[in-house]
Amino acid sequence: MKSSQPDALGHFGEFGGRYVPETLMAPLEELESAYMAAKDDLAFQAELHGLLLNYAGRPTALYHARRLSETLGGARLYLKREDLLHTGAHKINNCLGQALLARRMGKKRVIAETGAGQHGVATATVCALFGFECVVYMGEEDMRRQRLNVFRMRLLGARVVGVATGSRTLKDAISEAMRDWVTNAGSTHYLLGSALGAHPYPMMVRDFHRVIGVEARAQMLEREHRLPDAIFACVGGGSNAIGIFHPFLDDKKVKLVGVEAGGRGTQPGEHAARFSGGSPGVLQGAYSYLLQNADGQISLTHSVSAGLDYALVGPEHAWLRQQGRAEYSSVTDEQALEAARLLSRTEGIIPALESAHAVAEAIRLAPSAKDQVFLVNLSGRGDKDMDIYRENFVELDAQGTGYAH
Amino acid sequence: MRISAMFDRLKGKRPALVAYLTAGDPSPGRTPALVAALERGGADLIELGVPFSDPVADGPVIQAASERALEAGTTLVKVLEIAGEIRRNSQIPLLLFTYLNPVLKYGVSALARDAVNAGIDGVLLTDLTVEEAGETADLLRKAPLDTVFLAAPTSPPRRLEMLAKRSSGFVYLVSRMGVTGERQSLSDSLAPLVSGMRRVTSLPLVAGFGISTPAQAALVGRMADGVAVGSAIVRLIEQNQNSPGLENKLESFARGLSSALHGVNA
Repeated sequence: MKSSQPDALGHFGEFGGRYVPETLMAPLEELESAYMAAKDDLAFQAELHGLLLNYAGRPTALYHARRLSETLGGARLYLKREDLLHTGAHKINNCLGQALLARRMGKKRVIAETGAGQHGVATATVCALFGFECVVYMGEEDMRRQRLNVFRMRLLGARVVGVATGSRTLKDAISEAMRDWVTNAGSTHYLLGSALGAHPYPMMVRDFHRVIGVEARAQMLEREHRLPDAIFACVGGGSNAIGIFHPFLDDKKVKLVGVEAGGRGTQPGEHAARFSGGSPGVLQGAYSYLLQNADGQISLTHSVSAGLDYALVGPEHAWLRQQGRAEYSSVTDEQALEAARLLSRTEGIIPALESAHAVAEAIRLAPSAKDQVFLVNLSGRGDKDMDIYRENFVELDAQGTGYAH
Repeated sequence: MRISAMFDRLKGKRPALVAYLTAGDPSPGRTPALVAALERGGADLIELGVPFSDPVADGPVIQAASERALEAGTTLVKVLEIAGEIRRNSQIPLLLFTYLNPVLKYGVSALARDAVNAGIDGVLLTDLTVEEAGETADLLRKAPLDTVFLAAPTSPPRRLEMLAKRSSGFVYLVSRMGVTGERQSLSDSLAPLVSGMRRVTSLPLVAGFGISTPAQAALVGRMADGVAVGSAIVRLIEQNQNSPGLENKLESFARGLSSALHGVNA
């Protein structure tokens, strides 16, 4: 199953492919051949491995969340601690890989899009490390929601360009990055941050994140002497999910659960649950499940978590779902916030809002899963979300000094 | 086959003027009169842009036009109605110019049938690559509609051949790397693209992206069989959308371009 997908043109079954203006085909083909060569180059892989070890902080811990498990009284919950990586999320795995690739292609300028800002920060970080000029496109709405990450990128030397078109979120930032790339492809690498877009991105980004699942599988065997019964990961574009799922695809007994953003309701515009609310279509290079209206215009989306707030799901997830290999559910803003609070209070771990969606689904299913082992990909930490947590847990913020009464 | 007939008629005389506008901008009701003005000014083929919410191949001018058209309630259904209305008074070739997703949602077979009934002559889908075109292009061709593909300065000979094979009516040459929009100077990447394409096809070649003035049109017209102007027209519409003089301005702008092309022997 793992070696056969995608095909030579980037198809995962009917999904994926390449749907871009002809002007982008040459840069995509250049990237694809550079990646295929790098993939089999031992020196490239060794350098990437070294950076993951000594710069990013791999391998990440597999942590048995005992107090949370006891509180829920069912499954034993393990967390794959991608939140402990440098820059605070799994995104750095892919950024290091693509930065090495950019250097190999002789590109001196790197552009990226970002939603929550985690990918933007990781991109700005690797650009500082490699000495690349860095431009990050970010929707103005997301810049407002994730102010701290905007500053962090600037401190790292990146130029953050606000995008004021459309919904002013991730999809508009991707469109703007594509427009930059088509104009400057000779000098510029587009460091796409999720398992989205035209081939080879979904495959390449997946490959750079497979290390998550490879490590987790070995760690789980060592600790529990068995594989987990179920794996939970949040799915925006779906890079952390595909990274942890992929090495388990042939372990048919391991249930794979992707968790989308249920937002604040099931009406169009109120969520980003592509599988329950969408249908197949084409956006920004790939054919996959898409939130769109009856005229084929892309719907607005909502999630409390900027990183899940996107209208198209990564194409390999659409294929895994069609094959029945993975299942997908959604979690509301409120459930994610509550899960974040519970994890914070029982384990001393404040998750990113994106990751809190995966935690919430595991929390929901754990009580009825006695003797089972759950593995949750804790893809990022919550520092960047503190403003949103404050807005939503006003009673905590209103406690004052705590000595007044 | 209005598109081929038009190019046949102009062959050896002058290059064709291809005019783009976003249908439904500033309102669906206004488009037929704007197309008529362009035709009076000398446009030989109209590209009717169907607005899409996420136009990755377009620069700011056409992005803004798409937003205005969508806000005014323009849908693919409505654009077909507009085409039908244009067709009542005109035999000018009409090319639907859009992105793939609205067409997929409408249904390719249904669109092929309805577009022919509305008097549309061809379709250009900017994000439909030749690799993915198979079934979609076949259905459109059978309708019968011409299928026009984009060729880029960076397309290698192997791709030019694939693009030529999939195209009918004409091939659209992107004269420079980048998105749609007006540019000060012309790129020197067009000449090699024209000669590369001539080697693999006898179809007419239309060059576009970045062409906005009569002088630029004349220069490009010496190489190509047609010259496409888009953003400059759309910007004129944007600036004069509330003016009753819009149609006259469009007509005289088109006339300026068309006159420049009349001096060029194709």
